[in-house]
Amino acid sequence: MNPILEVNQLTMDFGGLRALDSVDLDIMEGEIVALIGPNGAGKTTFFNCITGIYPPTGGEMIIQPPGKAKIRLNGLKPNKVTEAGMARTFQNIRLFPTMTVLENVMVGRHCRLKSGIAGAVFRPPSTRQEEKQVVQDSYHILEKIGIEEFVNDYAMNLPYGAQRRLEIARAMATEPFMLLLDEPAAGMNPRETEALDELILKLRQEESKSILLIEHDMKLVMSLSDRIFVVDYGKKIAQGTPEEIKNNPAVIKAYLGEEIDA
Amino acid sequence: MINLAEIKKSFLISLWFVFLTFPIMVIRVNTIYDRVEWRWENMLFVGVGSFFFSFIWRYLLRRKELGSKNSQAEETQDRMTLNQRIMGDRRIYLPLLAAILVFAAAYPFVFSMYQTNIMINALIYIMLGLGINIVVGLAGLLDLGYVAFYAVGAYTYALLNYHFGLGFWLALPMGAAMGALFGILLGYPVLRLRGDYLAIVTLGFGEIIRLVLENWNQFSFGPSGIANIPRPSLPGIKMNLEQSTIFIYFLMIVLVIFTIFVVNRLKDSRIGRAWIALREDEVACQAMGIDRTKTKLTAFALGATWAGMAGVLFAAKTTFINPASFTIWESINILCIVVLGGMGSIVGVIFGALVLILLPEYLRAFSEYRMLLFGFILVTMMVFRPGGIISEVRRTYKFKGLNE
Repeated sequence: MNPILEVNQLTMDFGGLRALDSVDLDIMEGEIVALIGPNGAGKTTFFNCITGIYPPTGGEMIIQPPGKAKIRLNGLKPNKVTEAGMARTFQNIRLFPTMTVLENVMVGRHCRLKSGIAGAVFRPPSTRQEEKQVVQDSYHILEKIGIEEFVNDYAMNLPYGAQRRLEIARAMATEPFMLLLDEPAAGMNPRETEALDELILKLRQEESKSILLIEHDMKLVMSLSDRIFVVDYGKKIAQGTPEEIKNNPAVIKAYLGEEIDA
Repeated sequence: MINLAEIKKSFLISLWFVFLTFPIMVIRVNTIYDRVEWRWENMLFVGVGSFFFSFIWRYLLRRKELGSKNSQAEETQDRMTLNQRIMGDRRIYLPLLAAILVFAAAYPFVFSMYQTNIMINALIYIMLGLGINIVVGLAGLLDLGYVAFYAVGAYTYALLNYHFGLGFWLALPMGAAMGALFGILLGYPVLRLRGDYLAIVTLGFGEIIRLVLENWNQFSFGPSGIANIPRPSLPGIKMNLEQSTIFIYFLMIVLVIFTIFVVNRLKDSRIGRAWIALREDEVACQAMGIDRTKTKLTAFALGATWAGMAGVLFAAKTTFINPASFTIWESINILCIVVLGGMGSIVGVIFGALVLILLPEYLRAFSEYRMLLFGFILVTMMVFRPGGIISEVRRTYKFKGLNE
């Protein structure tokens, strides 16, 4: 089986700083893969590179949506990456605060809709049908994510946990085959984290999404992931199953430091 | 409520005002007799006036704070402003609309030519305000060079008419198209800019257009402008000046209604949502699959279209244009209309245009203090109603239940 995301030798320089140094990563269909590492290791930079926000200095990124041809991501704009089927959430929540929850999800549907300027002005039956459909579809997505009770609230008035979920709902609205979650559990209490755990598993089973997540909550990472990649100072230092990672000396060293003989 | 501390505060404020206005209110140099006049009584007026005024000011501020606290306590969405109540209830809304339409239809026959003329002016500014509202209010792109598109529209008509004898009715869509074209031309280089940087570049763009028109004599006849631009005509009907003015008035009413209709529909559409998303968070907007380039360019183009059209109307109304009509001051005036009226709100923009264009006309009696009053009104507005007179209550998409 071919990987649905394949990243080869990804390198990203900010001036003299090498944020990512020849990182390899691959994800198979239906996998949940975690990307972990200490703060500042380059995880979010990795996300920003593969979603087209930063143009990488070197390396190659290729996706293969299930049942479709391969697409090279290098040089694609963020909206094209999303159209190709890879949707992300943000570490620091980036919702549209003065839009309602429903509208936030409707914005996510944007790239799957067609009506243009003429459609907006004249409102032919096709546009009216599309607009009706998008409201229904968006509500269904909110139901799946479990925040339909807030449907008409403004995004900024949502409780924190629901805002995180809304980010996932908005990403789901773009019909991705793969979700990139940047610290989805950050700032959540243990109960919310547990619910998130369930949600991610549900997304894989019922929606057959593959998931790449960055996370600091080790309990969540170990219980969810099929495989884990560890980066430190922009370099990949380990990869493997949760069991292998737990006992990997390089990972322990990166997280806890090394004993030095005095 | 009125205690010693308050009085002391007001006293200090009045003292400060007396000091500030001392040079202009008290001292006057009489140039005829070459001596200084001391008008001490003015000092008393300023002192007493500002003393009481500071009480009113503080009272209003307190009331505003109380108001915002109350509204925070309530659910944001259940809060009904006056505007929303009127728009929401068809029993109030429809008769009100009908009354406005009847008033608008009767206006030129009831009031004098002079009144009709300034109303046409106000209507042109409503159109400009609604246009810039797309760019600034919806898409959140601060455009300080909007007047450039207005100039493009006006010169499109004037030049096409001068060289090729093109009539008004053909020039109107051409002006709109030229406006859109220039909107895209400006949009391309500023795609990456936002906030202050965008404002500065658009400001520069507006000045470039004006300077080109002023200095390229062979093309635009420089500062002397273009005269004898024909008024809009109807085939087979000869109109005198008064009839023609009334005709332009009704033409403007129709065009404003058309603008409101189109802008309103654009707002509640896929494109309108993309604009608002772009305003709220550019990075997230792109990550959700919205093409930033396309969205920004449509905003610039669709905003500039109305300015182009308004420009053609302006040229046809005044029959003479020169670059002096398209200074940076106009851009700022148009922006003020949107800010004062309420950013993003169509009713607000209409109200803002009427206030900002008609008020100076009627304040001609106090022409010396006109700008002072104008500034005072704007400052007061920003303190007490920072969202504009009629701040936007966006009609949000409501989910009313599944209908499958």
